[in-house]
Amino acid sequence: MSKDILVIGGGIAGMQASLDLADMGLQVHMVEKLPCIGGKMAQLDKTFPTNDCAM
Amino acid sequence: MEKEELRIGVFVCKCGSNIAGYLDVEALDEYASALPNVVFTQWNLYTCSDVGLDEIKKGIKEQNLNRVVVASCSPRTHEPLFRSICAEAELNPYLFEMVNIRDQCSWVHMNEREPAMAKARDLIRMGVAKAALLEPQEIITSEVEVRALVIGGGIAGLTAATSLANRGFPVILLEKEKELGGMLRSLNRLAPMDVDASEVISKKIKEAEDHPNIDVYTGAAIDKVEGFIGKFDVTFSANGTTKDVRLGVVIIATGAGNLVPEGMYQYDGQKVITQWELEEKLKIGKIDGNNVVMIQCVGARSAERQYCSRICCAVAIKNAILIKQMNPAAKVYILYRDIMAYGVENEEELRKAKQLGVRFVKYDPERPPVVEEDKVTVFHHLMGKELELPQDMVVLSTPLIASEDAVKIANLFRVTLDENKFFLEAHVKLRPLDCATDGIFLCGSAHYPKDVRESILQALGAASRASIPLAQGEIKIEPIISTFVDRDACRGCGLCVALCPYGALEIEETDEGRKANIITVACKGCGVCAATCFRHALGINSFTDEQIQAQIHGFLAA
Repeated sequence: MSKDILVIGGGIAGMQASLDLADMGLQVHMVEKLPCIGGKMAQLDKTFPTNDCAM
Repeated sequence: MEKEELRIGVFVCKCGSNIAGYLDVEALDEYASALPNVVFTQWNLYTCSDVGLDEIKKGIKEQNLNRVVVASCSPRTHEPLFRSICAEAELNPYLFEMVNIRDQCSWVHMNEREPAMAKARDLIRMGVAKAALLEPQEIITSEVEVRALVIGGGIAGLTAATSLANRGFPVILLEKEKELGGMLRSLNRLAPMDVDASEVISKKIKEAEDHPNIDVYTGAAIDKVEGFIGKFDVTFSANGTTKDVRLGVVIIATGAGNLVPEGMYQYDGQKVITQWELEEKLKIGKIDGNNVVMIQCVGARSAERQYCSRICCAVAIKNAILIKQMNPAAKVYILYRDIMAYGVENEEELRKAKQLGVRFVKYDPERPPVVEEDKVTVFHHLMGKELELPQDMVVLSTPLIASEDAVKIANLFRVTLDENKFFLEAHVKLRPLDCATDGIFLCGSAHYPKDVRESILQALGAASRASIPLAQGEIKIEPIISTFVDRDACRGCGLCVALCPYGALEIEETDEGRKANIITVACKGCGVCAATCFRHALGINSFTDEQIQAQIHGFLAA
């Protein structure tokens, strides 16, 4: 069985899933329909409740 | 060894207008070029862009730079990137120094251009002075024992253990009670799917007990914990025997307890009961009388216990529906402060309860309901008058409270609790499943009150996070950690051991007497030990006394 994984969507959920899987040593292919990854979160400023910069 | 010639390159970033809007970056570039040992300088529009990063690589290759200084933003966000670029150009990544002329200069001195320029020059001069003394460092690796410990055999612990075991990792599952199952054993039916709680938990228990990768110990208590990620040495006793095991990772799933509302609303456990006790009555299908009054937020969202237990509204709604379904003639009132019925299904349950004729009355915490022998009086704020509700049974919705073992477990594993003694995650948004101590993860109501679905979700997530070091078999550690600069000077006084927040130091008897020993894997490089050691025996890599002194001299050399 191929151990490569496809993650569809490059927002915060897709990126976190991809990072965790990659950290486990698996090859991840993350695809995003837009020209850049980051999703909705990349459009936000500060995020509640910690006021971290969303970027 | 022959000392190599120092060739420092300085890259000054405009950060668009973030820096260049307030500082004359091109003048800073020119200023840097005249500093000692600097052989190459350049300004960039964005040093962190592909173009900027290529310039660093080009500088290292073409100018033979052996130290790189970037004057830009915060090392918190960009140091790892610049270090990795140095490594790509075959320069040891720890020969890189970052100077923060944005967060600590241009942003905070927007209206003082001249003093800000002077400060930026100081910062760059200090960075260059330190860079001259940087030493190459190597990433440290440490083996991970491929075995997990799951503490708690409720729905969260069982789910996490099974999930890890299904990935092929051996798991030790500890439960303090004689039986697995936790809270779900005493519950009746679960909303919103309307399934039997004992059926759900029996299936999970069987799955865990039959799994070849899971060793289950009930009646267990943890006596001692030593070590760190990859090598936790845990001593526990179960059924009269004591065992020592080594584990790579730990998942805390110790669950929560139930508040017994002694002295509140005439609570007696007979006619005035908790939702918990109602579950048992519903289980045997025995509800006396037609008039049921439920009171929400009993002992929660108060001065003493400020948090919302989150699940009690859904529990009350679910049980009200069950009572109405058993006996449509029953009159069920829910006296509430705010309804917490988040999510599509819970919202649907609320609507269903209203359709079935469950009455919801909002009460004011300043004028709480009064429970008497056969009635409950409550002030209806919309009608502006007191309502007298006849009652055959009063049900109090009490919050989940931290498990009585939380403090003990937290102390053993050196993890933190919040003000209500629930386990605290490393970051509420970005690391919700990790404890601040590496290698320890958390899930279920040990974290805060959760329903079954959330507990399972979090358990699967925690198991996934815990799989990362187990799958790798080793962990990589930043080499910027505590180190002996003069081991002979150490007298083994133990001050550093007492102050280290990470348990990364210990005293050992050696042939040269008592000495501190650094557990490199556990060290986070905070520097408390180096600052404390009056014998100057300990230091921090890349923040040595000499390097910091060089920065101070650099500052004074203006």
